[in-house]
Amino acid sequence: MPILEVQNINKSFGATKVLDDISFSLERGKALAIIGSSGSGKTTLLRCLNFLETPNAGRILVNGETLFDAADRSSKSDAEIRKRRLHFGMVFQSFNLFPQYTALENVMLASLLLAKERPDYKQNKHAIHEEIEGHAIELLSQMSLEGRMNHYPHQLSGGQQQRVAIARALALHPDILCFDEPTSALDPELTGEVLKVIRSLADQHTTMIIVTHEMAFARDVADYVLFMDGGVIVEEGTPTELFENTQNERTKAFLSRFSQNS
Amino acid sequence: MEQFFTQFPTVLGALNEGFLQTLRLFAITLVGALPLGLIISFGSMSRFTPLRALTRLVVWIIRGTPLMLQLLILFYIPGYVLPGGSPWPGGESGRFMASAIAFIINYSCYFSEIYRGGIQSVPRGQQEAGLVLGMTRRQIFFKVTLLQMIKRIVPPMSNEIITLVKDTSLARIISLQEIIWAGYAFLKGSHGYSGLVWPLFFTGVYYLIFNGILTLFFGWLERKLDYFR
Repeated sequence: MPILEVQNINKSFGATKVLDDISFSLERGKALAIIGSSGSGKTTLLRCLNFLETPNAGRILVNGETLFDAADRSSKSDAEIRKRRLHFGMVFQSFNLFPQYTALENVMLASLLLAKERPDYKQNKHAIHEEIEGHAIELLSQMSLEGRMNHYPHQLSGGQQQRVAIARALALHPDILCFDEPTSALDPELTGEVLKVIRSLADQHTTMIIVTHEMAFARDVADYVLFMDGGVIVEEGTPTELFENTQNERTKAFLSRFSQNS
Repeated sequence: MEQFFTQFPTVLGALNEGFLQTLRLFAITLVGALPLGLIISFGSMSRFTPLRALTRLVVWIIRGTPLMLQLLILFYIPGYVLPGGSPWPGGESGRFMASAIAFIINYSCYFSEIYRGGIQSVPRGQQEAGLVLGMTRRQIFFKVTLLQMIKRIVPPMSNEIITLVKDTSLARIISLQEIIWAGYAFLKGSHGYSGLVWPLFFTGVYYLIFNGILTLFFGWLERKLDYFR
């Protein structure tokens, strides 16, 4: 059974149709890359998965459980959505770290708040805090940020900030980690360190969806690639199928435009 | 010179008493207007259009007319139009009550606009980051947005609060016995003195010292919040 099934998602902003009948599925431990030009709907699709946008139609299932069904109004209460979106982690293009917290605090904050809802929180406060901190330190070390844990975001480079953001998303043990153009806001010399981290996550079989403009990276890391244009999935397949053997004219045009630009 | 030294204790006593009333009005305005302003700012950002429109209309009227006019209307008009006559208790307590209400309403409208600017200047991505981390809207406001907002509103707030210190003197129009009233009394005749010029000048010293302290405090607060950007 696939870990994620997206069925017939539609999304419009006013009269503009941004997502038109999007369906795909993803197996556990696989990395899916979504490529396409700006305005093709890639980011909106990720935002729908994270409940930052509400699709007008369609269903989203994780592990066979329906997380979202546009036909079922009752599935949309705030508290429910909050619980369900924890299946997904999100790494934003602009990092969105909380500026008033250190790197370590950024990673710990949501876990600490969630822990407060546990019935045993009061008795085991100290142990829970310890455990959350230990986990956060472990994640930041995994991101090679051992020496930066007590730095505030503005004291970190863009690449370091994005790695903190990845650790922050991982802290909640999401089933699926989403990246929204994780290197687009970075100087070229800083993209490498972030891509390296994402690659190592892929090697550890983290289930991921990566919206990216880094074609070489998508080709290298992804198990499966979706090419979107104008709100529809134009073509999907393995990197080899898409990047080397595509027969689709729109895919060909997009890829050639990209290799000219970069 | 000798005359000055005999005047000084009397004048200082009267001015201190006036300044105490100034401080009371200042303090009660802050206590009332700081939270009320936040509520009004939520109203002016409401997704419910009638509430938003109504709030913005009220803010426009209050900010668009003089505080002195609002004081006069609030204190005198009810006595003419209400069947039971003026609702204000007689004497200084009634004048203080009317002043406090007028100041709280007026300043909460100004504060609400500062809050609105502060809240809206926190990038939308902060809220979204909180949401995808499973935080409630309440947690996001208190744990993420609030401090960033406070950092951004400290400079305009300190301006507005220093203006408030000076604006309290407007309550003199309904004869509230604040410090300028007390200083002016020596000019027109009080405590056995009349035509005494220096007490009125001296009221300025109180304002300068108090605003100096406030300036130092807000400078300290700004530095205190300087650890993040």
